[in-house]
Amino acid sequence: MSTSIQVTPGEVAASLALVVLAAAISFWRKADLERDIGIATVRSFVQLTAIGYAIKLIFEADTLWLVFALLTVMVLFGALTARSRAKRVPGSFWPLLIALAVAGASTLGLVVALGVFEATARYLVPVGGMVIGNAMTASAVALNRLGDEMADSRARIEATLALGASAEEAAQPTVRRALRSGMITLVDSTKTTGLIFFPGTMVGMLLAGAEPTDAVRLQLILLYTLLGSVSIAALVATLLAYRNFFTAAEQLREPGA
Amino acid sequence: MLFELRDVSLNRGGRTVLDSFSADLPAGATAIVGPSGAGKSTLLRLLNRLADPESGSIAFRDRPLAERDVRELRREVSLVPQLPALLEGTVRDNLAYAARLAGKPLDCERSLDLAGLDPEFAERRVDELSVGEQQRAMLGRALAQEPAVLLLDEPTSALDHASRDAVEAALMHLRRELEISLVLVSHDPEQALRLGEWVVRVDAGRAVAAGPAAEVLSDSGSAS
Repeated sequence: MSTSIQVTPGEVAASLALVVLAAAISFWRKADLERDIGIATVRSFVQLTAIGYAIKLIFEADTLWLVFALLTVMVLFGALTARSRAKRVPGSFWPLLIALAVAGASTLGLVVALGVFEATARYLVPVGGMVIGNAMTASAVALNRLGDEMADSRARIEATLALGASAEEAAQPTVRRALRSGMITLVDSTKTTGLIFFPGTMVGMLLAGAEPTDAVRLQLILLYTLLGSVSIAALVATLLAYRNFFTAAEQLREPGA
Repeated sequence: MLFELRDVSLNRGGRTVLDSFSADLPAGATAIVGPSGAGKSTLLRLLNRLADPESGSIAFRDRPLAERDVRELRREVSLVPQLPALLEGTVRDNLAYAARLAGKPLDCERSLDLAGLDPEFAERRVDELSVGEQQRAMLGRALAQEPAVLLLDEPTSALDHASRDAVEAALMHLRRELEISLVLVSHDPEQALRLGEWVVRVDAGRAVAAGPAAEVLSDSGSAS
């Protein structure tokens, strides 16, 4: 898989024409997104350039400690980002941090243990980034749904607690729906992959000149790995977070308390 | 004494809901009456610990509530909220769930009958029931746990006259034949008189009168 491809700064600059088109559409139809498109373009340039050089350094050093440090930073920022989408869940940071760490460590550990990838920076950094990124999205969606569902189901949950059910029993239907919504996006996109969209890794490898069968096999490995990681992340996040809605005496906390 | 409340205070969102509330609720049927927003529903929630007071003490049968296992307490002192909130599925599913939590065998027909519902309701899906039917299914669900005390928050608020009479007859039957104690919140003094042996009048988070129903409610016409 040692393909390589040269992309010049001029080619990147040329693709900005499409960004100009996006901004023009927003301006023309008054979508009021020109500023956000500008920020998104600058941020993507700065962030990806910086991470590109960081990854280059890590590849050259090829020590697992640097890989570990980079993945830890990703987990931390992933938990902070996901927290902003789970505003209705009290104390969501720790459940998210633990969910991302567990999902990242267990899936990477498993693919290395199964001999799918070597434990080197060249594999662990890109795969780890995808695993943690998808785990972040899944756990953010799951906790967002959990917050909405807990708010909507207050009466039912309290009525169930009033029968002497534990917090776990009373929250169980809500937690199940939250877990499902965290997992369903990737499950659905995995179902339609190859029909409606081509996943990024495969596209990248094809552009880089790899054999289509190699590109497909690597993509399948990544999709299956991601299914595992989003499931673990959504599970851990919901199981740790739902408890924060209840007191030790199995009472539903007041909203915002 | 069934419940003893001493200097119970609770605030919610910067508002005083209960303010040094003290009252004794004897075994039997007690009606809590008073204007809306007086703290009646909150009082019921404290009695099966869906909420705890910020200060003061509550005892159930001479033991502080906080010393009891909260889940066991809730099976013994069952709260039927004003707004029905059943679990998805059939009425039987709901009654079976409640009975299982309490470790009691399920006699679905009997529980429904006690709540004033025909046995055929057992197989009905809860989302197909009217609010009044749901309210009675909630009562039946609570009865499936064979509680010692029923806390009822406006048990007939969503019912027409005929259904209200049926539920009131069912409650009187529970009280007399099964010796279940009732604590019911009602905005309707006439209902309090029909069902309550003892009445506690609540206003602005305080108990302003307590005593035998006929006494407290005969004062009330002129006092409030």
